[in-house]
Amino acid sequence: MWAWFHKWSSPRWFYQLSGRVLPWLAVLSLVSLVVGVIWGLAFVPPDYKQGNSFRIIYIHVPAAAVAMAGYLMMATAGAISLIWRIKLADMVVKCAAPIGAALTFLALVTGAIWGKPTWGTWWVWDARITSVLVLFFLYIGIIALYEAFDNKEAAGRASAILALVGAVNIPIIYWSVEWWYSLHQPASISFTGESSIHPEMLRPLMLTISGFYCFFGWVLLLQVRNEILHRERNTRWVRDLILQR
Amino acid sequence: MFFESFAALLAMDGHGPYVWSAYAITLATLIVLVVQPLAAKRRQLRELRGFLRRTEEQ
Amino acid sequence: MHPVRRQRLAIVLLIVAGTAVAAALLGYALRENINLFYPPSDIAAGKAPVGRDIRAGGMVLEGSIKRATDSLQVSFIVTDYQANVPVTYTGILPDLFSEGEGVVVSGQLDDAGLFHADQVLAKHDENYMPPEVSDALEKAKAQSPGQSGTQSKPQY
Repeated sequence: MWAWFHKWSSPRWFYQLSGRVLPWLAVLSLVSLVVGVIWGLAFVPPDYKQGNSFRIIYIHVPAAAVAMAGYLMMATAGAISLIWRIKLADMVVKCAAPIGAALTFLALVTGAIWGKPTWGTWWVWDARITSVLVLFFLYIGIIALYEAFDNKEAAGRASAILALVGAVNIPIIYWSVEWWYSLHQPASISFTGESSIHPEMLRPLMLTISGFYCFFGWVLLLQVRNEILHRERNTRWVRDLILQR
Repeated sequence: MFFESFAALLAMDGHGPYVWSAYAITLATLIVLVVQPLAAKRRQLRELRGFLRRTEEQ
Repeated sequence: MHPVRRQRLAIVLLIVAGTAVAAALLGYALRENINLFYPPSDIAAGKAPVGRDIRAGGMVLEGSIKRATDSLQVSFIVTDYQANVPVTYTGILPDLFSEGEGVVVSGQLDDAGLFHADQVLAKHDENYMPPEVSDALEKAKAQSPGQSGTQSKPQY
């Protein structure tokens, strides 16, 4: 198992393998996003109470879900980087933060746009919305902390610790609507029981959620591969790779 | 299609501006997220190639 | 596992556990303040301050909405089916505002227990369905009146 672990953590090995996965992820994410969005925008019936404004769900929920899952992935990479001092894990932390920040921004903005016609306000300081805003600031903080150090190793360690500390916010976001009185409604998708969203409306949502996950993976790989090329630019394999093109 | 016409799809019974602006902002953000690393890679490859050529010559 | 790495793993676990404990303590200390609103039973029990800006949330009681004929003034009762809070508000209401639906009002409570709202927000639940499905559900409910007890618990 450890041999596998170390093989995977080699930047060169990762670069070659990710190059093979990359086109599949790109196609998968584009197809499920395009199909899911068109389906959700034009073919699904409107909600019985909210009417057509509910169609924002097909981007709001995936953006929020992947922003949170992406954070957990980034914090795990941070822990790996702290314990094993693996360069690749450090690069993942650095590259995941801006993508996560963009997705959290989307969750906040689409939520505000959705809130206006349904709740009657763009913004309210309830537990769910405020904790997602904290998630956004955590992502921004990790980016800023990384940039604040000249020494890459110190930068990686500091931002990994911040990523770990901030991980406590993820369960808070998830259960905020259960623990406190909030304006935001509880989750509609249930992993254990029946979802409270009609199957007809759920199907395109599942598509866009998986589309956002693939999209996150795709963009993360693009970023990490760039970072690998940059950090390994003085090595033999990068030289061979560039000159043989 | 659920809507009777393209105009009805755009209007969405008055919710059009909300729905379409949310989707437009999302589309723009996703495009930036993809284009930025692709452009960075092209730039990086060009720089690296130039750098390697110079070192090979020496 | 290498002892140095095991030690680092311990530190990582310590960081995670430490922040979890800190967050739990913080949440416990602030538990009342994190709630966006007071439910009507808390207001009836005198837990909400009078004359200060607060929020109340619950369901709009069926049959309680009374609109003024000459202005935008409207009054209704917010309930959690244990206690009621009468609310008065002047202004435009959100589209989703109606009887039997969730609502969050912000404003001040007066000495008489009347809530003067300066903002009314609609609170919807986590159910999404097409209008036909909702109509079919309503019809099914109307046909079996004995089953009205199966209605879900109040949502707020």
